[in-house]
Amino acid sequence: MTARTLYDKIWDAHVVHQDADGTCLLYIDRHLVHEVTSPQAFEGLRMTGRKVRAPEKTIAVPDHNVPTTLDRANAATMTEESRIQVEALDKNAKEFGVHYYPVTDVRQGIVHIVGPEQGWTLPGMTVVCGDSHTATHGAFGALAHGIGTSEVEHVLATQTLIQKKSKNMKVEITGKLRPGVTAKDITLSVIGATGTAGGTGYVIEYCGEAIRDLSMEGRMTVCNMAIEGGARAGLIAPDEKTFAYVMGRPHAPKGAQWEAALTWWKTLFTDEGAHFDKVVVLKGEDIAPVVTWGTSPEDVLPITGTVPAASDFTGGKVEAAQRSLDYMGLTPGMKLEDIKIDTVFIGSCTNGRIEDLRAAAAILKGKKIKDGMRAMVVPGSGLVRAQAEEEGLAQIFIDAGFEWRLAGCSMCLAMNPDQLAPGERCAATSNRNFEGRQGRGGRTHLMSPAMAAAAAVTGHLTDVREMM
Amino acid sequence: MDKFTTLTGIAAPMPLVNIDTDMIIPKQFLKTIKRSGLGKNLFDEMRYNADGSEIPDFVLNQPAYRKAEIIVAGDNFGCGSSREHAPWALLDFGIRCVISTSFADIFFSNCFKNGILPVVLPPEAVAHLMEDAKKGANARITVDLEAQTVTASDGETYSFDIDPFKKHCLLNGLDDIGLTLEKVSSIDSFEAQASLSRPWV
Ligand code: SF4
Repeated sequence: MTARTLYDKIWDAHVVHQDADGTCLLYIDRHLVHEVTSPQAFEGLRMTGRKVRAPEKTIAVPDHNVPTTLDRANAATMTEESRIQVEALDKNAKEFGVHYYPVTDVRQGIVHIVGPEQGWTLPGMTVVCGDSHTATHGAFGALAHGIGTSEVEHVLATQTLIQKKSKNMKVEITGKLRPGVTAKDITLSVIGATGTAGGTGYVIEYCGEAIRDLSMEGRMTVCNMAIEGGARAGLIAPDEKTFAYVMGRPHAPKGAQWEAALTWWKTLFTDEGAHFDKVVVLKGEDIAPVVTWGTSPEDVLPITGTVPAASDFTGGKVEAAQRSLDYMGLTPGMKLEDIKIDTVFIGSCTNGRIEDLRAAAAILKGKKIKDGMRAMVVPGSGLVRAQAEEEGLAQIFIDAGFEWRLAGCSMCLAMNPDQLAPGERCAATSNRNFEGRQGRGGRTHLMSPAMAAAAAVTGHLTDVREMM
Repeated sequence: MDKFTTLTGIAAPMPLVNIDTDMIIPKQFLKTIKRSGLGKNLFDEMRYNADGSEIPDFVLNQPAYRKAEIIVAGDNFGCGSSREHAPWALLDFGIRCVISTSFADIFFSNCFKNGILPVVLPPEAVAHLMEDAKKGANARITVDLEAQTVTASDGETYSFDIDPFKKHCLLNGLDDIGLTLEKVSSIDSFEAQASLSRPWV
């Protein structure tokens, strides 16, 4: 048998039907659903009299729109439109009989945090969701990607997706990371190196010693942003860490099924000599703590750098860079560390897991945020929140002056009341620094949780290594 | 879904690279539970001031482009969020075709589900069409899906590639779900077999 990549193996195991031109019907093992991209899909089913084919493989949770303030049980905290959308999910989940974690359930949270936490995400699976950051689940060696609402309806009705196979791309991070450098710095640095379209048409497999060394949380952070590099999905081969994370989770296999699953999971790696269409190698030791300066996730620089000029770029990027500089209110040549911020957001499906909160709390312990700073921590799920309270992290955040919120997407996309005002500048652990992403006119700098915590204390972008 | 066969229309030039779906339709308009009505908020933050008045410089606000049916865009159009509200908003405004050197993956497939044709052409071709589009209503671009060509107002014609299955669906306005359900016996047997080989799923 020819040598296959991890992607090839998962793909092959899920092809239901293949047409002569290579178009495939791919079986979907897990379908995650949230309130924003699903109402039209359920409505479509209703209009055609179709059912959800596999409700037991479909998991719904409201996350994008829900308030994260402590008073959210009070419906008045939501706008009329948001309330209707969340109620539509409630109704659809019940009517179609899918698994559901309502806002009042402690397990509720961001869909990409809930899936792995509850053991819905397992190695070798195909996982889809009407959300581009579905790539997160690739950390388990699952083929996971975002889909549009028409495709959500297609998966609901058929448990399959019409797909053409992507090409294989390998991103290898060799060696060890230096102190203060995290999974977020890896994933941003990769996008900085390849550009936001560098992965278009590919599924990326991340490998190398620095990736192996990451915890499952770190691996999820890396895969989460594969989409920001344009890739269809990101993957990391499952290993002992993966199995240890999965074992015992509510929906993970048990007993004899666990043994059978494990046997198959252990075959999920790229064979020696398998072909990659594109290879990118970065040295772990060359990666520094980074921040973004512009309005595209590819606008990445080490924190020790300076703001670039539009003339440093070529082609269409010149105009885009100038637009970014104007939007971000930055002057070329200024030191990144001199950029003052007024808001800090720690959370999102990129960095809203327990380890992220630990990293931020380690910096904040015994310190206070800068006067006048607005800072919030939004745990990725109710269970992350509970664990952080148990570990004493919540108290560290509160003592430092952070708001300690309930779980949801919050200021990652600012669909709920958590938004930046025009001109406000935010150190954020989320994944998109697009214009207006965190609120119209808001300015976003992406970074790791530890870097965001450091910025909260000093009031400007800060090299976290100076605080360690 | 409406069929797409040929289209001759005004093309709006948007040379900016990396136009993301947050720009195409900002999140505050994702709260709808319908597919229609998003056209007025297409490119909302680029198109309107905070008080709701139009920003005259924005291309779709210029008299020549108010009836544009085609967008000629910079590289990597449609990156970012998977929101299908982006093609819904384009369609509701009246855009049936976007031409660029490259598209983000999810946006690209979302277009086909909504009768919008995304055309990928080499940089020189896009540059020529961009110049053509800048002539406003004086220049009409023709897109012929059957022939797989784009013709500029000066007669310069470019061929594009397209996946045969996607072309077939678009030409005939076919519904994917209906097509897939014709293969339901294959899905049944896949499931039966998978329940033995991977029973934990
Ligand atoms: S946290 Fe942000 S990126 Fe993640 S699912 Fe929510 S809105 Fe999307």
